Amino acid sequence: MLTKRIIPCLDVRDGRTTKGIKFKNNVDIGDPVAMARFYYEAGADELVFYDITASSDHRGIMIDVVRRTAEEIFIPFSVGGGIRTVDDMRAVLLAGAEKVSVNTAAVQNPQIIDEGARAFGSQCIVVGMDVKRVERSARIPSGYEIVIHGGRTYMGIDALEWAREAESRGAGEICLNSIDADGTQEGYEMTLTRLVTDAVNIPVIASGGAGRPEHLADVLTEAGADAALIASMTHYGTYTVAEIKNELHRRGIPVRLQW
Amino acid sequence: MIAVIDYKAGNLASVARALRHLGHECRVTHDPDEIRRADRIVFPGVGAAEKAMADLRALGLDEVLREACRAGTPLLGICLGTQIIFEHSEEGGVDCLGLLPGVVRRFPSPLFDGDVRLKIPHMGWNTVRWRKTHPVFAGMDPGAAFYFVHSYYPDPADPDLVVGETDYGRTFAAAVARGRLVAVQFHPEKSGRPGLRILDNFCRWG
Repeated sequence: MLTKRIIPCLDVRDGRTTKGIKFKNNVDIGDPVAMARFYYEAGADELVFYDITASSDHRGIMIDVVRRTAEEIFIPFSVGGGIRTVDDMRAVLLAGAEKVSVNTAAVQNPQIIDEGARAFGSQCIVVGMDVKRVERSARIPSGYEIVIHGGRTYMGIDALEWAREAESRGAGEICLNSIDADGTQEGYEMTLTRLVTDAVNIPVIASGGAGRPEHLADVLTEAGADAALIASMTHYGTYTVAEIKNELHRRGIPVRLQW
Repeated sequence: MIAVIDYKAGNLASVARALRHLGHECRVTHDPDEIRRADRIVFPGVGAAEKAMADLRALGLDEVLREACRAGTPLLGICLGTQIIFEHSEEGGVDCLGLLPGVVRRFPSPLFDGDVRLKIPHMGWNTVRWRKTHPVFAGMDPGAAFYFVHSYYPDPADPDLVVGETDYGRTFAAAVARGRLVAVQFHPEKSGRPGLRILDNFCRWG
């Protein structure tokens, strides 16, 4: 049976992971390659690097991180943040990432999804969506709107409409991030996730709000997500990936238990 | 020397990286002479069958692979490489290498498991039911999962070819073997330790 994926997300700025992480082992908590290796050993099914490097001068550093990671971990990983062109995608994929995630650039220029899918195949192209809850309106009938700039800029696009468009343009997967739930550790945005998983027939990764294993259980069953992104709950050592998986397994959710 | 066949189809570097990590020297190459001299051949691939066959033909590699197979060079197909080993693919309706009897079919849409609609492609970690023992798949735990990404699956004409099978809305051949040829639908290079074990087994296969 196809298992549900647990995907730790590492924020990287100028080649260093940004969140302090309380691993007990001798892991350099600032080194994204060491972190990736740690999570690979710990049973993560996939990894996401999110590049929050502000200056374009430092973008090359991320490529080096990707290259070094690819030599050490043998599970898929994707890279998002700052991907604007097919050349950006190519650089990341050639360096060894399995997938690239486009977010802002796709909203501003949806054609990039088509171009990426044509050049590298749909399975490489993840469309990241940042979404905020708003009043239902003629323009935003679902009550969920696409935002960029970390939620500061409303784009006037309904999240469901955008998810369908991303799929039709060739996205292989959607990473659905709720700005409302992000950082709360109080659970994923269940309603939004259910709406999007019903709207498309490509895998949906739920993101934002994970704090306890039952949050993953809920979003992977009731909301129909195929994968769950986690960050704080494992970065700070509150849970291990194995603990989360064991709890999901106990609840009858198929997960990869050997690695 | 192990030749990793380079026919412009997807991320071949990841296979080469995994082999080197295991301590096996390899060359990513489309040079027919180099491939003819190789002790073993890994035939990976991501992408569309039609284009892959066209690229193989343009590089003259379709004949080189047939020759290598006849000569008994150990050959490992991965994902699209596996599909191209069969006679025909529904993807683009293209004739393939025909090194193994059978065809490659598309997962039907809609695809169901009970009343749950399954997504296409089949993407993620799934287990393999091992039907027989084989040196390349030695040491596989029944619970081990492997990373799959595909919308088409191999349907061998001879059930005896099937070493391992996987369920996704239907049962399909995830691992096949005959003589010196083995082929897997999943990505061993992205499947953690069990996947690396398969690559290592292949490289040591006597």
